[in-house]
Amino acid sequence: MRNLWIYISKHNAVILFFIFFASSFLLLINNNSFQRASTWNSSNVWVASQYQKIQNLKDYLRLRAINDSLASENGRLLNLLPQKDSSESKGLTKVVDTVSKQQYNYYTAKVINNSVRQKNNYITIDKGSLQGIKKGMGVLGPNGVVGIVLNVSPKFATIQSLLHSETRISASLASNRAFGSLVWGAGNFNSAYAVLQDIPNHIKVKIGEKVVTSGYSLFPAGIPIGTVSQTGMKGGDNFLNIEVKLATNFATLSYVNVVNNAFGAEQKALELSNKTE
Amino acid sequence: MERIPLHIARFFGLVFIQLFLLKNIGFYTLSTPYIYILFILLLPFKIPNWALYTLAFCCGLTIDVFHDTLGLHALACTVLAFGRILFLNLTISNDALETEPEPSLSIMGARWFLLYGLLMAFLHHLTLFTFELFSLSNFGGILIRSILSAFFTLFLMLVISLVFYRKKAR
Repeated sequence: MRNLWIYISKHNAVILFFIFFASSFLLLINNNSFQRASTWNSSNVWVASQYQKIQNLKDYLRLRAINDSLASENGRLLNLLPQKDSSESKGLTKVVDTVSKQQYNYYTAKVINNSVRQKNNYITIDKGSLQGIKKGMGVLGPNGVVGIVLNVSPKFATIQSLLHSETRISASLASNRAFGSLVWGAGNFNSAYAVLQDIPNHIKVKIGEKVVTSGYSLFPAGIPIGTVSQTGMKGGDNFLNIEVKLATNFATLSYVNVVNNAFGAEQKALELSNKTE
Repeated sequence: MERIPLHIARFFGLVFIQLFLLKNIGFYTLSTPYIYILFILLLPFKIPNWALYTLAFCCGLTIDVFHDTLGLHALACTVLAFGRILFLNLTISNDALETEPEPSLSIMGARWFLLYGLLMAFLHHLTLFTFELFSLSNFGGILIRSILSAFFTLFLMLVISLVFYRKKAR
């Protein structure tokens, strides 16, 4: 306490200065409209700029929520457009294959979830059993094969993508119709390449040759899958492993067509009777 | 102690001159004299700090009441009192503080008094004009105005000091 008094008396000029300065300053800004206005305005400006900074930070942190709200707003506005029913009402397009008299039904659907980086990739679309999607239907993209419908709910369906270690699609070379099965994930997990297996050794394969669906399974014949990018990869004893560059860019997939083979059930039942015999 | 009536008379005289003579005198608003600070400058050496601050504050407040700028001159005079304490501590030895009554022209000599008056007037005017405009955006203008006004004030101080000049009794 004594030291405090010594300190105060030693520096009394400075301390008194601050006391008198503060009181006169208060007098000044309380009794003079201009100074008061400037003081409050500048402090308000300062406070407002601090608020602005905090708001900027908050906005940045809330970007995800804002994006979500904007996206849902977009969706709401899209629903108000006259074409809102287009994809649903035109969902069923009948394509009559006059050569083989087979009938395929196409359903247009929008991709709402997608993955390309996993070992087993799935795609979710916004059409389900209400729109006639059933398990096991084939799925085509604008450029070629995409995958097979795996599970169906009333409004959604998941697709086992071509980029799935379990997916096997019957494919053939466009030039000589030699067929094998197309698999993905054997060795590499690059979303741009798949492997065509079980092509016999004696078949001559050219790089750049088209690989299409064989027509033996879900898909109509001749749907493009990709092009041969590398030949002669040794797989087993008598078969070639051919690397195929996929025609579909799975990472940017936005609309797909689900294809229904109307005679598929009949074909399957017939083939099943072979085994039971 | 016997000089207290002199200080009181000086206070009223200077405030009177300031309020009724110098209020309307100026040089194109560039140079405005504030001669009343001479009262604070000429307060005795031995005055305690609290009394100095109080007198300076009250002197400024008196001017404020008449100028309708409550607090402005009081603030400038507070700064001036602080500057006075600093200046006297730096330039005058302790024994001079003991023997001499007050820092006037006739006692301290022309050179010291000119520097003292000019610096103190400049400090006071700079504070005054800064807080009058309440913004540093035109600081160059404030500076020029303060310097010119300080010279004007110093000139008036010299005039008054010479009128009351008394030969230093050695």
